[in-house]
Amino acid sequence: MARKSILGLYETPDAGANALDGLHAAGVEAHETEVMTGTPYPEGAFGEHVPQHRLFRFPAFGALFGFTLALLYTAGTQLAWPLVTGGKPILAVPAMLIILYEFTMLNAVIFTVVGIIFESRLPNLFTKAPYDRRISEGMVGVVVSCEENRAAEVEAVLRRAGALEIKSA
Amino acid sequence: MQQHRELTERQINTQLLNGALATPAWWKWAVIGLGLIVLAGFSTFGYMVNRGLGVTGLGRPVFWGVFITTFVFWVGISHAGIMISAILRLTQAEWRRPVTRAAELLTVFSLITALTFPVIHAGRPWRIIYWILPYDFSRGVWPNVRSPLIWDPAAIGTYLTGSTLFLYVALLPDLGNLRDRTTGFKHGLYTLLALGWRGNSRQWRLQTTAGILLSALMLPIFVSVHSIVSWDFAVTPAVEGWHSTIFAPYFVIGAVHSGVSAVVTMMALMRWLWKWDNFIRPEHFDALARLLIVVGTAWFAFTLVEILYSLYSLEGQELAFRDMQIFQWPWALLFVIFLITAFFIPVPAWLFKRVRNSIPLMFWTSISVNIGMWLERFLIIVPALSRKQPFVYVWGSYHPSLVELTLILWSLAFVGMNMLLFARFFPLIPLFEQKESQAFSSRVQIGRASVPAVLREREQE
Repeated sequence: MARKSILGLYETPDAGANALDGLHAAGVEAHETEVMTGTPYPEGAFGEHVPQHRLFRFPAFGALFGFTLALLYTAGTQLAWPLVTGGKPILAVPAMLIILYEFTMLNAVIFTVVGIIFESRLPNLFTKAPYDRRISEGMVGVVVSCEENRAAEVEAVLRRAGALEIKSA
Repeated sequence: MQQHRELTERQINTQLLNGALATPAWWKWAVIGLGLIVLAGFSTFGYMVNRGLGVTGLGRPVFWGVFITTFVFWVGISHAGIMISAILRLTQAEWRRPVTRAAELLTVFSLITALTFPVIHAGRPWRIIYWILPYDFSRGVWPNVRSPLIWDPAAIGTYLTGSTLFLYVALLPDLGNLRDRTTGFKHGLYTLLALGWRGNSRQWRLQTTAGILLSALMLPIFVSVHSIVSWDFAVTPAVEGWHSTIFAPYFVIGAVHSGVSAVVTMMALMRWLWKWDNFIRPEHFDALARLLIVVGTAWFAFTLVEILYSLYSLEGQELAFRDMQIFQWPWALLFVIFLITAFFIPVPAWLFKRVRNSIPLMFWTSISVNIGMWLERFLIIVPALSRKQPFVYVWGSYHPSLVELTLILWSLAFVGMNMLLFARFFPLIPLFEQKESQAFSSRVQIGRASVPAVLREREQE
């Protein structure tokens, strides 16, 4: 059965929370709903499902990758042109540490940003899910992704909670 | 925080997007004016490349002059961004909200400007690539990773990349907002840049976590950058006044002093130019001034300790250098101006609430700090090189030429113009931060006083 996305637009966070309560009471699963706001409200403010993420793994992988890259760069370039200075070892570890540190941190940051974008499910440029520009003006959007045969029931729940407008895609 | 004003999300959008969605009348003339100076700077640089470094005041033994001074100055200014944005974010300081983006932006443009100065200073800029990238496969000559000249681009490149990404991630919700308020080509551009931001719970959760995680990652980079810049000097034992063990923390604290002052300058300009009185309020200047009192005093202590250490060593060369730097013409005059402008005018003035809450006074004292901090870097670099030392055979003097002075002016105009261009397309104050502040704030009645209160985070159940 084809699925349908339905958006209910609410004027206040309270109304949005009520809509979500109504949907849960009507048997809509938490993972089928999405609350959209223009403000970062505290987690669980709408009684919504708090999504889990694996962002913290990304900087660790990035750091490891950066450290390896820096080791290849610093050790590789010194060994490729082995210039003995004052009888000291070819690999100047204290100097290498600086580059190792910077590359490690650089890649940790880059991987973190990649992780943020990936875990935020972005880029999401071609989505067909309904959206309303008034959400970034303070309204609260509640989106339900449900099977087509339940669409009428979901729309009724959203309206009962005081939706100003219903959109579907 | 008694100056908080209740605004709706629509009002926040309208007021804070007044630069990006409607061009103020003065904007075009300001960009043209700054653009002409930038053009003059590029022309001067072209002339310098064509004629060689002989058109500058550089010469034996002073081979580092105002180019390197200005490089260190702009790296210092760049420390504003992470100092303000990351530390205040991690400590959940409520007054950070209107400040963060301007500070991050100042970091990015200052770093880009700073990076151009070693390139300008090289005289043959295209050869600088040999220093950094391991690409010269045919000749087998590689960058010398033992040299601070490699550490510098590594550190600044890391800081610039990190700061730019930090800025972009925090811009995503506002790009979504701009997408919703525009049509046509601009709408397409913002749609692309916003990556399809919708403002759902997952995205907001990641955005909040990202702010903290990136702040925590950027802070160690922030400390390393000016430490490494200081080692350009400190690892040189042959120059008196440079070979100092406290240079790393001394440079970092100096950078914070000049960087936070630059943020004050910028915030005053933002309030005046875009009329953001509802967002940038005297309470923010008050908080920044309190921070600057601590930072400025700590920096002054380092300045004294630096001089004390050199006197305590009782080494003839070192003492002679300090005597020249502090008591001999023309350095003595510059030294007095440096101390007065960087510390003795601004820091005692900030002890008074009337000064801290006066935006014109905060503007001028912050400018004063940065005049002093530029002179500080000049007095570290140039007098030390102009003395005859065991490894050089002449005394020298240095007078910056018109070419060098034009390029300093270029750097100021370049940063200013870039900030204005950014402000034409993107909001300088994060909209979502202001909205969050409104959503999280409330008023508590205590006796007969109505006190603003801020909700920090949800209580764990």
